[in-house]
Amino acid sequence: MTTAVTSQRPPRTVTGEPRPRSRKRRRTNLVATAILIIGGLYCILPALWILIAATKSNAQLFSTPPYTPSLPGAFLSNMSGILTYNHEIFLRWWLNSVIYAVGGGVLSTAIAGAAGYALGKYAFTGSRAIFRIIVAAVLLPQVLLAVPQYLLLAKFGLTNSYESVILPQLVSPFAIYLCKIYAEAAVPDELMEAVRIDGGSEFRIFWSVGSRLMLPVLVTVLLLQFIAIWNNFLLPFVMLNNNSLYPLTLGLYGMLMPTGGQPNQYSLVIGGVFLTIVPLAILFLSLQRFWRIDLISGGVKG
Amino acid sequence: MPIAGRKKHSSKLPVLLVAPALVLLALFTFAPAGYAVYLSLMKLHVTGGLLGTSSTQAFAGLSNYASTFSDPEFWHSLSRMLLIAVIGVPSTVILATTFALCMDANAARLTTVTRLAIFLPYAVPGVIASILWGFLYLPATSPIGGSVINYFGNRAIFFTVANVAVWGVVGFNTVVLYTALRALPRDIRQAAEIDGASEMQIALHVKLPQIAPAIAMISLFSVIGALQLFNEPTALKPLTNAITSTWVPLMRVYSDAFVNNNIYGGAASALTLLVMTVALTVGGGAVTTRLIGRQGK
Repeated sequence: MTTAVTSQRPPRTVTGEPRPRSRKRRRTNLVATAILIIGGLYCILPALWILIAATKSNAQLFSTPPYTPSLPGAFLSNMSGILTYNHEIFLRWWLNSVIYAVGGGVLSTAIAGAAGYALGKYAFTGSRAIFRIIVAAVLLPQVLLAVPQYLLLAKFGLTNSYESVILPQLVSPFAIYLCKIYAEAAVPDELMEAVRIDGGSEFRIFWSVGSRLMLPVLVTVLLLQFIAIWNNFLLPFVMLNNNSLYPLTLGLYGMLMPTGGQPNQYSLVIGGVFLTIVPLAILFLSLQRFWRIDLISGGVKG
Repeated sequence: MPIAGRKKHSSKLPVLLVAPALVLLALFTFAPAGYAVYLSLMKLHVTGGLLGTSSTQAFAGLSNYASTFSDPEFWHSLSRMLLIAVIGVPSTVILATTFALCMDANAARLTTVTRLAIFLPYAVPGVIASILWGFLYLPATSPIGGSVINYFGNRAIFFTVANVAVWGVVGFNTVVLYTALRALPRDIRQAAEIDGASEMQIALHVKLPQIAPAIAMISLFSVIGALQLFNEPTALKPLTNAITSTWVPLMRVYSDAFVNNNIYGGAASALTLLVMTVALTVGGGAVTTRLIGRQGK
């Protein structure tokens, strides 16, 4: 992996070049459009079905046709059912997921940004070796390390706590790698030198020049880390055994488990799935314009 | 100790900035890996006495690895995982490539709304997606014919699990490829347009070769993701008997360590899987680099 950032510097002003598009616009590419519609339906219909299923009581879930909502419906009682389940523990799970994903996301972005800036803009004793270690660590999948992480933390009695879920997720070697590549290209040496000549300290250069110029990659890393932690299941699964510390993923999984074959909790679980997907989908779709996914392909290739 | 900085500058700042990452990396990545190596070479030595038994750790050599490799269930779990990868990885790559090319095609409609729809499952955690699909498959609640088709049958189960995994990752991969397409220079494509090439010809003969490195990259990531398969089968397990507690290798690691209380065997299985993943990443990475080298002349 070498460093080629050429594809990411000019932020895709494809529309900038004036092209006579309007002339061709009239004809619709039917095949491409049809494929996209089918793909979109495949991805969104399961999520929409949850809206239908959420309107049904447990009895209706098994007795009414699965693709029509039950209209007077049990939607409100399902919602209050899941929200009041086990002393409002669902809200606790929601809060825990937010604590893990926001706390871990912000901290890990700060750590990756600082390390990436230092490695990208300074040559110091051991900096090359450190970068090699980080590239090597990209190869070690964190998921496979979850059980060893548990075994080690258990030795020091640190499991079953917020820290046990957050600490192992604070360093993302891939995020450091992305930040380093980006800092090299986006923070000009001349600008740093100019601040130095004006008497600015190194910290000031980092804080008021470096971190500002790195903002696009920091936002992207933050969103990637947020989603990675939000979606993580194995780490909290091994670390936690107190259900008031559970994130949503673990909590809802646990609700499927204890009843085993008894389907009496299904409508509650479906309500919980609904209340997990919908808020995040809204957040996600409203934030997606800030994503620079080109940074990922640009950072890895070349 | 301080070597001259890139701009003849010595400062402690870069060391301070990189220190938190290094410390955390040492504590939570390398130390657990090292501890797992240590555990994998140990065993519980039980000594019986008049006042009851006590147990101490004793060196076990490679016996934990030997019992992992000689356990047929380990190979079964590995082959189940590979079967799912063989179904899921090509599906993900082909679907993502097709969707990305369609979004990038001239005069395709509804590209923004379909892109958002295809991207949406990325916001759904794998476990939640599995519970959701579980209800879609379950005979009693299925809107997709679960009462007629047995989605949890002996063979169907592999497609069932692969489908949940593909659903979760195809959107993200599509967007990665789409951004790669958008970053391509427009001149070759325009030349082909002027020469009268059809949209399909441009997609297959102009765009596809140019994004080959990005396709290689998402393929590699998908294979690595398949080796870590855990969430989907674990979350579907409560709904069906077709999935056992050692169904895929990572589930075996978990049940060794937590159900059977055999942390030594679990550590050995985890490391075996880790070594396989690293080997695959390095090998696959070399192929990818060669592909990119051929492209970027």
